[in-house]
Formats: sequence, structure tokens, C-alpha cells
Amino acid sequence: MLGMPCAHATASGMCGMRAAGDLVARMQITRGMRIVEAKAYVAERLGVSPFDLSDPIAMEDVRRERQLGRITTFEISYPTQSSAMEAKFRIAELLDLPINCVQRFREHAGLPHRSAATLPK
Amino acid sequence: METQYPTRMGDGSLTRMTRSELRAELEEGTQAAASRAKVPPLSADELDHLLEIWASPAKFSAVDIGDEVVLTYDGSGSKTVGTRAQDLLIYEQMFGADSVELGHVDYSFKAIRTILPFEAQTMKDAQAVLTVPVMYGAMPNLGLYSKPDGPAPNWSELLPLARVDEARAAQEEAVGYAVEDMVKTADALWEAGADGIDFDTAGAAGDGDFLATLLAIERIRAAHPDMGIQVGMAGEFVLGMHGRLEYDGVRLAGLWPRGQMELVRRAGATIYGPAITVNTRRTGAWNIARALTLVKPCMEVAEIPVHMNIGMGVGAVPTTSYLPLDAVARASRATVDILRLDGL
Repeated sequence: MLGMPCAHATASGMCGMRAAGDLVARMQITRGMRIVEAKAYVAERLGVSPFDLSDPIAMEDVRRERQLGRITTFEISYPTQSSAMEAKFRIAELLDLPINCVQRFREHAGLPHRSAATLPK
Repeated sequence: METQYPTRMGDGSLTRMTRSELRAELEEGTQAAASRAKVPPLSADELDHLLEIWASPAKFSAVDIGDEVVLTYDGSGSKTVGTRAQDLLIYEQMFGADSVELGHVDYSFKAIRTILPFEAQTMKDAQAVLTVPVMYGAMPNLGLYSKPDGPAPNWSELLPLARVDEARAAQEEAVGYAVEDMVKTADALWEAGADGIDFDTAGAAGDGDFLATLLAIERIRAAHPDMGIQVGMAGEFVLGMHGRLEYDGVRLAGLWPRGQMELVRRAGATIYGPAITVNTRRTGAWNIARALTLVKPCMEVAEIPVHMNIGMGVGAVPTTSYLPLDAVARASRATVDILRLDGL
């Protein structure tokens, strides 16, 4: 594990939820956006610069304020923060992106569909 | 006397080379690829940059701050510490994974079909606890559809007997079976909440294997417009086990990364992953120059993200189970720096 996933994450990865790697990944996976376009899209939605997206210090505040999910560190817990599915509801709205499991959760729970366009300003 | 730097062979073993020797390895590697694939070699500036990365005693090397890219995986955990969902959580919470991939240890679509409800339930459970995108991955593995493992005649036995027409018909029959398994697996995993599907080592059994993948993607894209579809190749060159198969008017046998990427995009995939195999008898420097030279033409025309395979035995990462950090980090950085990849 140290030799492959940890080495890549450290050498060239965006480091996932420690920063905004998962958000940029969603734009690539679902929309087929190339890296520059995907970073620009996510940065614009978050109100930060593309450079900030890999910075865990800058993104920690953004993720907390917007309830986008956080890495649990040491003994610290975040009972008032979003759980995984709750965070993905927020991410889908933030990115105006259909997230499959969120849509299925809505269907199964009988919740109406929402997109960023319908959110209160 | 020139300083010698520790450096790796393609099998991971440590050796020492001078800056001049490393430069020669890089130049030989790019020329080998250029000659073989009839593509331009790397420029002098690119070779200089690679030399700066390789001619260093540092244990680790990394891209510049701000140049980071997205990581996707071909498998991320196989019940290493408990359940597969727990493994995926470790990748998300501790390894800084931008995405994760659920996969079964028997990583072939044919085998997965027999346990599909179990896999779908595992995906649903994983989605409940993970925040990062969760892909599902498996291999097209066309060979499993030939006897004695599958229903089609074995083309690897027919070809040495010069029964070429029968070998071709057998592969065409197998393509049909493989497409059905891939489409049905994708349908079930999508129903369970997957963010996408990864066709890993596409083309491993040659042009029939690649054709089956492309045909499956077409159907999956038509059925699920928002599904992520990733294709990771098996090697740099599509083998012509059939020789006459075409997709969208393009002959598949003999395609290099640029041609592969174009067809993957046309079929409807959202991410393409070239794979350049490692020569274990040559140095890491030779292998990285060769790999970058083969993938560079693809980057110049890419319209979808390119996530190059930089893992054991591909992308200049040594062919060994216990990968040295210095070798992986250099390959990771070099591919992003030179190719401006979208991800790994």
C-alpha cells in the first residue's frame, strides 16, 4: 500500500477529501472534463482558485462551511458535520451534477429531485 | 569522475549510474519508442527535465504544488483489513484517494456475472459510507470465454493449427458473450448506485477483447447517460489475434494509444487509460522515456481525461510486488510533468 497508492497520492494526487480531489474527480468521471476544465469548474463553484483545490488548509474551511464531508483526524469527531450520503447530497447540489446514489436515495426515500438551479439563493 | 546515482531497473533492483549514463538511457528509450510506433521522440527539453528527476539521490520526487491530478484505481483493497468497504474507507480517509474502485478478487466480468447480486449489494453498502466517487472495476478477459473455461472454441489452439477462419469465428462468438456480461454487470452496479465502471486491461486478449469493450460501452452509454465509464488498456499495442476486426470503420489490430483513445471516446467513455508495459531488463530511465514517447501523441488530441496506468509493470513502475517509493514517485511525477496528464 505504501509503495503504490500512498506514493502516487503524495507525488501527484489531489489527496481526495483532504482537499477537493473527490470533487474534481466527479467532473472527470461523470462529465469527461479534462483536468484544467474540471478544476476551473469546481473552483468557480466553491469560490476559490484552482490552485486552492489541492491545499488541505484552504479546503478544510470550505468543506466544513459547506458540509461537503471531512476526513476524521485522530480522536476528533465531527458529529455535527455531514455523513457520507449527506455530504454527497451537498456535493450534487454544489456541482449541479447528478450523483447516482444520491438520486437513488431520493427515489427510495420519496424525496423530490433538486438541482442547484432550484436552490434558494 | 562522474557522480553515480542510485537508480532502478525495470524489475525494481537497485543499480548505480552516472548522469551521462542516465541521459543515454533516456535517449535510447525515446528512440526505441519513436522507431517502433513511428511517432516523434521526446524533445531535448523534455529529456533534460527527465534527467533532472532521475539524476538525483532523493528518495522521493513530486509535481509542483498546484499541478496535482486526479487519481483513479484498478482495485483499491481486497479485504486487506476486514471488508472491502472498509478497505475503500482506508483509501478515502487515510490514503488521500480522489476516487476508489470496488472490485472482486476474481476480477473478470465473466466471473462477476455469477455473483452479481452480491457485488451490487456491496456497492450499495459502500456508497452509504463513502464520500468520494466509487467505481466498479473488472476485466473484459475474452480468453475466459474459450474452452475449457468457456463455450467458444479455443482460438489459441486453432491458430497454431492454421485453422484461421475457425479461430476468427471463435473470437467473434466470444465477443458476443463478453458484451452481454459487461452490459449486465454495468446495469446491476448502476442500479446499486455506482458512480461508474472501469474496464481494466482492455485488449488483453487482443483485438476481440478491445472490440467487446467498445461495443459494451456503446450500449452502456445509451442506457445510462450519466454513468462514468473508464477504459484502462492492457498494453501499448492492440494485438491482432483476429486481425480483421473493426470498430466504427477503424481496424483495431495495431492501434497505439492515440488510436485507442479516439475509439474509446467515440464509444462513449469518459476516461481513457493508456498502459505501456515495462521492460524488466532495461532501466527505469529507459522505460519512462519509452512510455512517455508512446503516450504523448495521444495527449495532443485528447478530448476526454487521460489517466495513464502507472502501476506495477506499466508506466515505468517496476515489475515487482514491493514497489520502491523512489521508482513510483519518479514515474508519477514524470508522467504528469511531461504529458500534462489529467490523472493517473
